[in-house]
Amino acid sequence: MSTTDRFVPDRLRSPLEERLKSWETLLLLVAIGIFVANSFASPYFLNAWNLSDATFNFTEKAMIAFAMALLIISGEIDLSVASIIALASTAMGAAVQMGVGTPGLVLVGLGVGLLCGAFNGVLVTRMGLPSIVVTIGTMSLFRGISFIVLGDQAYRGYPESFSWFGQGYVWWVISFEFVLFAIIALIYAILLHKTNFGRAVYAIGNNATGAMFSGIRVQRVKFILFLLTGLMSGVAAICLTARLGSTRPSIATGWELEIVTMVVLGGVSILGGSGTIVGVVIAALVMGLVTFGLGLLNVPGIVMSIVIGALLIGVIALPRLWSIWRAR
Amino acid sequence: MLNQTDMATISDGLVEDVAILALERITKTFPGVKALSDVSLRLIPGKVTALIGENGAGKSTVVKILTGIYQPDGGSLRVDGQPTRFPVPQAASRSGVTAIHQETVLFDELSVAENIFLGHAPRGAFGLIDLKQMAEKAREILDSIGAKIDPEHKLKDLGIANKHLVAIARALSIDARVVIMDEPTAALSHKEIEELFELVEKLKAQGKAILFISHKFDEIFRIADNYTVFRDGQLIGDGSIADVSEPELVKMMVGRDVSQIFPERTSNPGDTVLKVSGYSHPTEFEDIGFTLRKGEILGFYGLVGAGRSEFMQALFGITRPSAGTVEIDATPVHIKSPADAVDHGIVYVPEDRGKQGAILDMPIFQNVTLPSLGRISSRGFLKLAEEFKLARDYTERLDLRAASLDTPVGNLSGGNQQKVVIAKWLATQPKVIILDEPTKGVDIGSKAAVHEFMAELAAQGLAVIMVSSEIPEVLGMSDRVIVMREGRMVAELTEGDLQPETLVRHAAGI
Repeated sequence: MSTTDRFVPDRLRSPLEERLKSWETLLLLVAIGIFVANSFASPYFLNAWNLSDATFNFTEKAMIAFAMALLIISGEIDLSVASIIALASTAMGAAVQMGVGTPGLVLVGLGVGLLCGAFNGVLVTRMGLPSIVVTIGTMSLFRGISFIVLGDQAYRGYPESFSWFGQGYVWWVISFEFVLFAIIALIYAILLHKTNFGRAVYAIGNNATGAMFSGIRVQRVKFILFLLTGLMSGVAAICLTARLGSTRPSIATGWELEIVTMVVLGGVSILGGSGTIVGVVIAALVMGLVTFGLGLLNVPGIVMSIVIGALLIGVIALPRLWSIWRAR
Repeated sequence: MLNQTDMATISDGLVEDVAILALERITKTFPGVKALSDVSLRLIPGKVTALIGENGAGKSTVVKILTGIYQPDGGSLRVDGQPTRFPVPQAASRSGVTAIHQETVLFDELSVAENIFLGHAPRGAFGLIDLKQMAEKAREILDSIGAKIDPEHKLKDLGIANKHLVAIARALSIDARVVIMDEPTAALSHKEIEELFELVEKLKAQGKAILFISHKFDEIFRIADNYTVFRDGQLIGDGSIADVSEPELVKMMVGRDVSQIFPERTSNPGDTVLKVSGYSHPTEFEDIGFTLRKGEILGFYGLVGAGRSEFMQALFGITRPSAGTVEIDATPVHIKSPADAVDHGIVYVPEDRGKQGAILDMPIFQNVTLPSLGRISSRGFLKLAEEFKLARDYTERLDLRAASLDTPVGNLSGGNQQKVVIAKWLATQPKVIILDEPTKGVDIGSKAAVHEFMAELAAQGLAVIMVSSEIPEVLGMSDRVIVMREGRMVAELTEGDLQPETLVRHAAGI
């Protein structure tokens, strides 16, 4: 239309500059701080095998947290993830009793996860129900089925080859779970930050109406996100069941809140619309380091959850306090 | 507070001429726009004054000054002849000025009495709300307007008409002397409008001054005693309704030279792109049918609530029609979602830019490319360089002014936000573009740019549908105009019939 010499630049600040000032950088500093503090607090901390063990504190939860991050960015939530683990684990246990082998067990775990995710997704996207209500409901429902099937019993007798998913090492101290965690982190980082799908997730989380008016198939995207969260719960169920070697209906109790904590600590807005996978990765490391460090110091579990809670509030409140203080 | 008799004493018996509330030579400027310039308005006890003007004439600015929401830049405000200021809305309500808006905020879960007295409930012991007194007072007010509503019922149990009466009762609960009614009949049925008029007569008899804002001339002639006409923020005329005819009022309201501001264009329509037949919706519109050709600008005119936007949103796949067909390039298509519409080349620039048109927290470039992600990616993976190129191409065509392309759209002015929304759709290379009130809330400079651009798009062969409530815009831009009233097409006007008076007459059903 007009060919003035006025030029609108693509960006004012470089992406690198943005990154240095970001939440993720702050969180990384916190992680390093905790690492240093831990290595002073306990002589057993800086040991390759101990550190490797520590990764099991977060790998399974983090796998779900990546999918949950996308779901929360889109403005929805899934509180049934830990119950999906219970149901998937129970199904695998039942399959073992019927003589199903390792490949079959994996399929059962993934399949139950997908089905549960689809169930949540249909209720939210087809019936238009709020996801927090739906998944509080399915949280009770899925674990309830587990309890009916198992009562106070447990399934055992998983095949030797199956336990590799939870106990196997790929190389030296690098566990299979840790490698899987890294691969899944990479996949989700690419999905969220480098694809059309990821862009749609951000658009929906910022303004679902606006996204729909821009021709985004909002309900379809949300349904896929519920499927992914269910699928990742299935993956976590396989790893956790393989690691424990048994299934009880109380498996992974309370994980849903730890996973949501991990996502929020990673800088994902609980209101939707913003957040990164890198942030969730660092948050997973922070939570793992704190739990492990306190474990080495023989701090009881209940105190650990107090520390995690305080950490969450502290890390979230700090930047706000900082900006209030600077504004004076 | 003064009553009628006191006022007559103050003004030494000149009861007839004393306005309870008067604006004198008021001026109000907003950045880039002179909303009001040197306007006066007098509200007389026991009389209904009709305020007439097109959208954008300055009516709502006057209402906001009268209710203390805006402060005038110049001129004076008089209550009972005494100069006053309303620095805050509470000052206006202390002086007995109250407004009934089209969409007064009420609370479904509260009782009728609580809704009426929210914020100024009668207090009893310990400063707690005196529920008994509140219910009694609410009943008194409801009785005074002839509403048979139990003040203890929850609001959600009432029908629309009764909710409206509660809104009126709330307005009267502050001992109102001046009642402003801003398009009060827009959402009402015929019977409810009759009831409202009875109520207005009652308020008149009680000596209240009423400012009645409406687009509907039959209502104005039915209920008003005096009139005041605004156009472009200026006072065009006022007087007694008995001394004026309807054509004279219409002329005062719309009469201006419209040809100068709009781009000259010679329309040269090509093949038919879009054919809509029998499009109907259970509640919003019925039997809409028309054809649209390449390079044509088709205007849709009507009053607020005539069903124009509702029809456009159905055409764009937001809502589903109950009957009707759409053909694009002579091929029938089924549009079930906006994504389908975009695939078929129909795009929609909505009226509500902040909620529907743009994603305000996201950067400009991401807004522009959102519907075209397939074109800037390969196998689902985004190519950032191509994304920026696409965004730059289309924002440059629209002469967008912004600090950078990664600025959030919410930081831009209304006109530039609109340019982002239009750029977003042009990037999809559509066949039909629907613009819903394209210059609403857009400053005068950008308005001309948007008009010029529309003309250019049509010249390039795009088929344009423009929904507008601004008569000059409709007349200045359209090749053809469809007028809608109450969900139906009532007229299709071409070149020769395009007169302001004709439009208003069809739209209002006179």
